[in-house]
Amino acid sequence: MKSLKASQSVLSRADYQLEVLNNQSLAKKMFPDFAAKLTQAGLFPLKPTGIEIFQVNVGKMCNQTCKHCHVDAGPDRKEIMTRETMQQCLDVLSTHDIPIVDITGGAPEMNPNFRWFVEECNKLGKKIIVRCNLTIIVANPKYHDLPEFYRQHQVEVVSSLPFYNADRTDRQRGKGVFESSVQALKMLNQVGYGQEGSGLILNLVYNPAGAFLPATQASLEKQFKKALLDEFGIRFNQLYAITNMPVSRFLDFLLQSGNYEGYMEKLVNSFNPQAAAGVMCRNTLSVGWDGSLYDCDFNQMLELQVSAPTSTHIRQFNLNELNNRDIVLNQHCYGCTAGAGSSCGGNTA
Amino acid sequence: MQPTYYNPEDLKKFGSIGEFQKKLADKFFTYYGEVFAEGELSAREKSLIALAVSHAVQCPYCIDAYSVDAMEKGYTEAQMMEAVHVAAAIRGGATLVHGVQMMNKVKELSM
Ligand code: SF4
Ligand code: SF4
Repeated sequence: MKSLKASQSVLSRADYQLEVLNNQSLAKKMFPDFAAKLTQAGLFPLKPTGIEIFQVNVGKMCNQTCKHCHVDAGPDRKEIMTRETMQQCLDVLSTHDIPIVDITGGAPEMNPNFRWFVEECNKLGKKIIVRCNLTIIVANPKYHDLPEFYRQHQVEVVSSLPFYNADRTDRQRGKGVFESSVQALKMLNQVGYGQEGSGLILNLVYNPAGAFLPATQASLEKQFKKALLDEFGIRFNQLYAITNMPVSRFLDFLLQSGNYEGYMEKLVNSFNPQAAAGVMCRNTLSVGWDGSLYDCDFNQMLELQVSAPTSTHIRQFNLNELNNRDIVLNQHCYGCTAGAGSSCGGNTA
Repeated sequence: MQPTYYNPEDLKKFGSIGEFQKKLADKFFTYYGEVFAEGELSAREKSLIALAVSHAVQCPYCIDAYSVDAMEKGYTEAQMMEAVHVAAAIRGGATLVHGVQMMNKVKELSM
């Protein structure tokens, strides 16, 4: 499968996705304005609570092309963060009290400066989270030692595994992905990840393989734990249940399959003010591969930059201005506020 | 007039049955809510039972609703179809076991 960009789909354009979400093309039905919903909940304008998580998207290159990918990542994407931009991130991290660095992509490990960046963050005493797609670990011998590298740097590994069987996982992420993921999970378990008392955290991410919402995180975690342990002897710490966002390739799927209206309706009807109060953009700042700043990874893909006039790039980082910004919202935000809520760390309510 | 008796859009209007008899509808929905809450059986187990029963009573609205619910609750396609077979087996068995009644009658009437 190719990325939307490589197949020259109009949906690869952020402005076109926003046009669909705001009903100027394709979509037949308009949904209530997200900002108006937040106003009703007394949360508008949405303000940050402070920057605790510094999320860095180090590039769109990935060994997979999952059907739901909001990044439109894939082997054909060449956008990659340079060492210079990483250094600018480190400069900010060394001079500000931001405890967590969350590294994502694409497959972040494919950035040639990835390991150096992790080492430097570790030297600064930051807690490091890496969003690992699992298959990268077994994709090429040069990545086989990643579990050991993660162990040495006390990295928290967050891995996506859409389901506990091959059928549903492979339909979403590509043929053979489940088998490779199981192999990679075993390798992580072998160095101590997910094992009680090791202090090495391995969390999994579930997201529905289609146009439906996730069930409660606790019940899914129980099923995943039992299935993975019984069948493969795999252990992990927590399961994060994440809602698919109507952005990029998942938006393309919704439109192509005729599920767009129904899915948006479901998101809107499941709006939960409590979840809205806990959305991740309130304590996260997201840095793009070129150093641009965003409220979250979704806004990044929709090219909606932070509304902080003199602090839109990492080299101009101004904490005071960023802490006082209004978070940029649009209709895709309904994905974060449906039901129990959804963020990179799972449920928000 | 709509061309068929069933309209998928009507599922969303289920809650509006209270318009014609609020008191009874309210009682039903309170009961319904409690039936499907976590109890001696988990909400997840109840979802699969509901999926099977919706096939047995052949309610297209319930089949629609509980197919989604079972997917959301993490059931596999194979598990969902096995639940439908359970409903089918009970229905088939229930038909056949009445054959005994038929046999009794035939034997009673026969010389
Ligand atoms: S969802 Fe993750 S693993 Fe899949 S293509 Fe996107 S970045 Fe790669
Ligand atoms: S999509 Fe981004 S900006 Fe919108 S609510 Fe979610 S985290 Fe916040």
